[in-house]
Amino acid sequence: MALKSEIRGDVLVIRAEQARIDAAGAISFKEAMRDVAAVPAPRVILDLSQVTFLDSSGLGAVVAVMKHLAPARRLELAGLTPTVEKVFRLTRMDSVFTIHPSLDQGLGHAGG
Amino acid sequence: MPADDGRAARPAGVCYSMDGRADAVRDGLHRMFDAPPLSGLSATARGTAEIVLAEVLNNIVEHAYGDAGGTIRLCLALHDGGLLCRTEDRGMPMPQGRLPPGIPPDPALTAEGGYGWHLIRMLARNLGYSRVAGVNCITFLLPLDG
Repeated sequence: MALKSEIRGDVLVIRAEQARIDAAGAISFKEAMRDVAAVPAPRVILDLSQVTFLDSSGLGAVVAVMKHLAPARRLELAGLTPTVEKVFRLTRMDSVFTIHPSLDQGLGHAGG
Repeated sequence: MPADDGRAARPAGVCYSMDGRADAVRDGLHRMFDAPPLSGLSATARGTAEIVLAEVLNNIVEHAYGDAGGTIRLCLALHDGGLLCRTEDRGMPMPQGRLPPGIPPDPALTAEGGYGWHLIRMLARNLGYSRVAGVNCITFLLPLDG
């Protein structure tokens, strides 16, 4: 599972570099996220702008990562593409996550 | 439509077979979205189709076949203002012989699963299920307007 991470100020930015987070890749995504998120930083933003498809297994994996980081850190999301946004909206999980239109807007955001 | 119009009753379409494994479903989706009729859909209809087809197929992988494995057949045809889809598998029957209700998830519970049938029911129409001679058959219509 291709994840690229960097520290930008007080934010750990994790970019998903694959097109899909689906049933075939959800477990490896979850494991890879736990590894890269071990870097201490008050905020974590997952940049999903390269992910064009996410299914319910992928959604479950993102939720699992959020719970893994809680309560000390909150997982924020950025750059949802249309089909990914639809899955978050229809399951109402868009009400659980802080979702930024883009990574830049997320970085400019005060957090939380 | 006239009852004697065989083509309308069973529209011409395309069928795919794939192994009942998550990686084979991913490959199968890739193949079918590169060919008609799925390749011709609008971006929105395509996204909707991919969500529903992925959820239905992966549900078969996880719950009908589980570790046992088997083959999934999927047929697609443009029909009656939508995309008519039909899956067949020889796995376990649906619990109580019917499709799951797809109860809307409560976001506050932050569950790590249980979203699949809710998504299917939000996006697909005319859902049907039958089991005849050990074959599960799920049919549904996907809207082409998104």
